[in-house]
Amino acid sequence: MTDPFNPYLPEVATILETVQETHNIMTFRVRFDDEAKMAAFKFGPGQVGQLSAPGIGESTFVINSPPTRMDYLQFSVMRTGEVTSKLHNLVAGDKVGVRAPLGKPFPVEDMKGKDIVFVGGGIGMAPLRTLFLYMLDNRADFGKIRLLYGARSPLDMAFSAELPEWTSRKDIETTLTIDREADGWEHKVGLIPNVLLEMAPSAENCVAITCGPPIMIKFTLEALKKLNFPDEQILTTLEKRMKCGIGICGRCNIGTSYVCVDGPVYTYAQLKALPNEL
Amino acid sequence: MAAKYISREKLPEWLKALAAERRVLVPVEEGGSVVFRAYDPAKTPVFGSDATAPPKGSIFPASQELFSFACGKEGEDVKPTLTLEAHTEAQPTVVFGSKPCGARGFLIFDRVYMGKKYPDPYYIAAREATVFVTMACDTVENTCFCHWVGSGPADAAGSDLLLTPVAGGYLVEAVSDKGAPFLDSPVLTDGSAKTAEAEAVKTKTREALGEAPDIANAPAALLERFDDMEFWRDQSDKCISCGACTYLCPTCYCFSITDEGSGLAGKRLRSWDACMHFQFTLEASGHNPRPTKAHRLKNRVGHKFSYYPTLHDGLIACCGCGRCVKSCPVSVDIREIVQNAVAKAKA
Ligand SMILES: Cc1cc2nc3c(=O)[nH]c(=O)nc-3n(C[C@H](O)[C@H](O)[C@H](O)COP(=O)(O)OP(=O)(O)OC[C@H]3O[C@@H](n4cnc5c(N)ncnc54)[C@H](O)[C@@H]3O)c2cc1C
Ligand code: SF4
Ligand code: SF4
Ligand code: FES
Repeated sequence: MTDPFNPYLPEVATILETVQETHNIMTFRVRFDDEAKMAAFKFGPGQVGQLSAPGIGESTFVINSPPTRMDYLQFSVMRTGEVTSKLHNLVAGDKVGVRAPLGKPFPVEDMKGKDIVFVGGGIGMAPLRTLFLYMLDNRADFGKIRLLYGARSPLDMAFSAELPEWTSRKDIETTLTIDREADGWEHKVGLIPNVLLEMAPSAENCVAITCGPPIMIKFTLEALKKLNFPDEQILTTLEKRMKCGIGICGRCNIGTSYVCVDGPVYTYAQLKALPNEL
Repeated sequence: MAAKYISREKLPEWLKALAAERRVLVPVEEGGSVVFRAYDPAKTPVFGSDATAPPKGSIFPASQELFSFACGKEGEDVKPTLTLEAHTEAQPTVVFGSKPCGARGFLIFDRVYMGKKYPDPYYIAAREATVFVTMACDTVENTCFCHWVGSGPADAAGSDLLLTPVAGGYLVEAVSDKGAPFLDSPVLTDGSAKTAEAEAVKTKTREALGEAPDIANAPAALLERFDDMEFWRDQSDKCISCGACTYLCPTCYCFSITDEGSGLAGKRLRSWDACMHFQFTLEASGHNPRPTKAHRLKNRVGHKFSYYPTLHDGLIACCGCGRCVKSCPVSVDIREIVQNAVAKAKA
């Protein structure tokens, strides 16, 4: 009998490159060792993967490279505990396990023809990056694209190598902000929700996508409501502690919804319909 | 297929014959509890009362290897390697003498572990390799409430053979295609003379359970109580978060995944886990969506009587075995919680 598909068994992948984004965020670019599997691999923006450091365990991270750029799969990992600390010790050439893609992607088809506002805070920029780059690679399919990206300080901004390109491009509008004044900072200063209110994007035919720390999401949602964004036009991604990632281990549910298979992407309207257990 | 009969004296002979070809698990006494262990002719199985722990581990072991891994550095240029090896195949097994609730528990598992998108190869292999020889109950305990959840003391759902106690022995009926070949055993004799007696036993035992309360609106009633933390604090007041209710439950299927071994070689395991524990949903940031035992009990009861039935055609994720009631050190009673929620919704 041939071995049935085993959803627990990771693909072995090699780290091609690492980028130290901030003092506690590191980006990993990986490729599956099995080139046929790499060539056949498909995913949508917003889907996640489980990265394994064998001997320590595995943890969930969003695939933050877009499906339009398949030279590698990119994960950006904030160091918080055991698995993430182990991953931070790895270097190019080292092996990791990858189980992907898991979860549901952003509903990109529904966003075509619409204006888009991205609101990202800190590591929350990771899930937005994949969709943002996907849209830039399919620029004609979308209306006005705005990105508001904030972090505590300039040193906490991930993807800094890409920021000059994002801020200089004419076909998008990028606003960067930090919480407090810092030497040499040429962009905005102010909390994300306040800057968003200043920007005042029109909710007309526009989808807002937000991700970041829970407190930032809370106030960003309030700001979006003030700007008259309907609940159906606000998207966010949820975090829950995960193990299996495939809807079996019973860990990540909010009522009947399993974040690992039904999420992590939800509209604000969907979130409101779920029991209050965030 | 015609029913068969086996006398009590012949039972060890049948068990021995079965055990010659596969693993046979029977309920035996061990340290004051009745648990399922490999058949040993020197020990008399306990077939009268229900086992303390269900036969959950027969298909879903308390701890199980998902795969082994080995890391290496290869050749002169010191290239790292990583090899993974998984074994999903399962040992042919007969679970002999569990009660209907013990076997029925896997019907709850099946919907999750044999789902369309990610069927679980470990579970499926073990499920296919296992035959359930279930014993209908002829006595009931005051903790039994299988009749509340659509089951009963002679429920054969999830079983392959059903044995019903009659005078001197058991009536043996095949209830699945997988069970039918087992009736060919030479130790079994014609049972047609015993079927009427067996039917009477089944009816009498069912009657002993009495009327079941109407809990048809439990899914909605529990959801309605979701934000009523005073209600949940009341219900969970006594709970000490020990997790016994989940570990002994035939329908609790949550697990954790952990690695064992050094960074160079070892294995990845999955082990039973319990939503009654604080760590179950604790996130790396320190945030915990279920910070108190009230939140956790709400999820356990909600999952069984509301979320699962909502997702799975009304099937309640509890077989009414009463193990959690019997074994809870502080007498938390899931029946009362469900009834309290239903009563509040009606009020
Ligand atoms: C859908 C989703 C996408 C994510 N994307 C990213 C990302 O792109 N970048 C990033 O840095 N982080 C991301 N996270 C958070 C990341 O998974 C946790 O920070 C990480 O699991 C912590 O692991 P640890 O072993 O270092 O921490 P420990 O505290 O040692 O955690 C031990 C175990 O807890 C679990 N765990 C703990 N906290 C979380 C959590 N918040 N979410 C999920 N599992 C948790 C993990 O399974 C881990 O095995 C994401 C989480 C989810 C659910
Ligand atoms: S067995 Fe009782 S005390 Fe222990 S976790 Fe369950 S309800 Fe709480
Ligand atoms: S919840 Fe209690 S009564 Fe229901 S199946 Fe589990 S142990 Fe048995
Ligand atoms: S992570 Fe296991 S069910 Fe979602």
